[in-house]
Amino acid sequence: MIEPRRHLLEVADLTRADAERLLDTARALERTLDREMKKLPALRGRLVVNLFYESSTRTLASFELAAKRLSADTMTLRSSGSSVDKGESLRDTALTLGAYDPDVVIVRHPQIGAASIVARATEAHVVNAGDGKHQHPTQALLDLFTIRETLGRLDGVSVAIVGDVLHSRVARSLVEALRLVGAEPLLVAPPTLLPRGIEQMGCEVTTSIDAIADVDVVYVLRMQSERMQPGAAFVPSLREYTALYGITPERVRPGQVVMHPGPMNRGIEIDPRVADSGASLVTTQVRSGLVVRMAVLYDLLTAPGLHVAAPALEVA
Amino acid sequence: MTLVCRNGRRDSLTIRARIVDPGEGLDAQGTVTVEDGVVTAVEPGPAAPTGLVLAPAFVDPHVHLRTPGREDEETIASGTEAAAAGGYCAIVAMPNTEPVVDTASVLQALVERARAEALVPTGFTAAISKGQRGEELTEMAELAAAGALAFTDDGKPVASAQLMRRALAYSAVAQRPLALHCEEPALTHDGHMHEGAVSAELGLGGWPSVAETLMVERDLALAAYEGRPVHLQHLSARGSVDAVRRARLGGVAVSAEASPHHLCETDETVRSLDPNMKMNPPLRTEDDRRALVEAVLDGTIDCIATDHAPHARHEKDVPFEEAPFGVIGLETAFAALHTYLVRGGEVPLATLLERMSAGPARAFGLPVPRIAVGEPANLVLLDLDAEWTVREEHFRSRSANSWLLGRTLAGAVVKTVADGRVVFDA
Repeated sequence: MIEPRRHLLEVADLTRADAERLLDTARALERTLDREMKKLPALRGRLVVNLFYESSTRTLASFELAAKRLSADTMTLRSSGSSVDKGESLRDTALTLGAYDPDVVIVRHPQIGAASIVARATEAHVVNAGDGKHQHPTQALLDLFTIRETLGRLDGVSVAIVGDVLHSRVARSLVEALRLVGAEPLLVAPPTLLPRGIEQMGCEVTTSIDAIADVDVVYVLRMQSERMQPGAAFVPSLREYTALYGITPERVRPGQVVMHPGPMNRGIEIDPRVADSGASLVTTQVRSGLVVRMAVLYDLLTAPGLHVAAPALEVA
Repeated sequence: MTLVCRNGRRDSLTIRARIVDPGEGLDAQGTVTVEDGVVTAVEPGPAAPTGLVLAPAFVDPHVHLRTPGREDEETIASGTEAAAAGGYCAIVAMPNTEPVVDTASVLQALVERARAEALVPTGFTAAISKGQRGEELTEMAELAAAGALAFTDDGKPVASAQLMRRALAYSAVAQRPLALHCEEPALTHDGHMHEGAVSAELGLGGWPSVAETLMVERDLALAAYEGRPVHLQHLSARGSVDAVRRARLGGVAVSAEASPHHLCETDETVRSLDPNMKMNPPLRTEDDRRALVEAVLDGTIDCIATDHAPHARHEKDVPFEEAPFGVIGLETAFAALHTYLVRGGEVPLATLLERMSAGPARAFGLPVPRIAVGEPANLVLLDLDAEWTVREEHFRSRSANSWLLGRTLAGAVVKTVADGRVVFDA
């Protein structure tokens, strides 16, 4: 990640030291959330552009607030109503944006590699906020942060990722991120929602839900209803999916924590009793998302490294 | 008249080189004399400068000339110039143009244009189904009479087994073979690359090898049942070549192609998300690549086909999933195969030369280029030691969507003689 102009395009851009530095920065930033005056001046005068080609409420809100908390100016371009709908290519949109000299461009796009294309076409730092089924690195970082703050460690932590792995960028990024920090990912899914060859990413794979009994963290993926349309039915029915893979109170062992990237389909992949229980870290994840994204923006624009960043934060 | 090109004076020349013609059992230093476009002498002689090899010129059974309709990407003139620079003395154009070559009038117009524009003798194919929609057969007999060398819906599979059966049966009336793009579309929907560990990691929709093999098996079974020959295009998977081998043992008259990119590259390279690594069928695993090389060695694959598929730069300069399938190949085929397979120790030079020339000529019923007295001169002079780097600006093709951009290759075409005329001289 440490290069003349750094980006966060995929988890593979990060070394373990990078990931740990970002998590440490996030922890320092989290302390500021409890203050009455929550805004930090760190990125005053900087421009953060959100370039969103996919509908997103949570990720967009999180990035926007993260930038604002650091006093950056923000601008959001969505696919509807912009030149994106007039057939302008992604590269041309990126070139156009470049004329405003943005410091960071946050890109969400339904196609793999979109953030890299923007990175090649602008002078800004680029953060991938989700490209197709490929990567969503800030989600992975916020999940690492949530696990570390909750369990006190990452090394050796076992995490079962349960559900629609096939269509999930969250799963792909998280498997890589967990391996980066020495945790142990396990994928649990019906065979039709497991991409062929996924075990070669270096994770255990099973179709048996019983396997979650032995893990520290149960990470539940969203079961996307669009995957159930006629002709694209990857499982016979949501009812059967829920019966076989739904995370119910009976399937959660005491001491385990449950995570979900949101938005949840209550009653499908996760039982409401689990979602609302003390084991659920879902709202913690949202809060982690804010501080981790603040840390990413801060790190990209003020780097290198926490040893430079930390004192500035303390006086802020 | 199956191959057409523009008129020109037949040339006279003398070439001294290592002469390699696998069909004639020839591999010796010598001199070839051509007078008025005909080989008049093949004589043993003193050693030529090292690296110079004279061979029968190449035949490409699978080229997209993008004419009519996308002349911004390729024309008959530019495509045949590219072919000449690649050492080809004959090429076969695919019918998936705009409009599709599915009526005699479209075909006749193309033939006329080739008579005016084509530097290298060019043959045309026509579609199996009207509009390549896979619903109704084209008027094959009339198209054959108008010059169609073969029938193919290349670019798309013939999804219906019923239509394929009828096409096979009816091809007997047209007396032309079918060239088949084997892909089970129900399994490749939303597929952008080979389905395997790399697609799983990238999250790209998979185009599984079984989708090809399934259709190869179906079409070979139908060809056996109807007793008709078939030509299978751009095979990419181990299972497919195994099926061809079995069918041939069972007496099916089948010829088969492999493309340079499938013989030299694997899906690992798609990690770059470079749209120039996106083809149909997709680059597959090292195991599949090895199987293709073995099939070239034992003759199961008798043709090397470039599947030269030009695309405009702005159409390839997009996210991987949006990019069209296909790469160009005419100007780099020999150099790539020589560099990766011959220098790599996997395929002898003579085998490569045979699969690039006599093999495809036989599969399409074209005259086999030979270096023998009395034969029309169809010759390629190669410099095996010449190293060059593939750059966009070097291409004669109107498009530059090559999978080899930036790579340094060993082996260059020095001179091409097609039907007695020097069409390329470096």
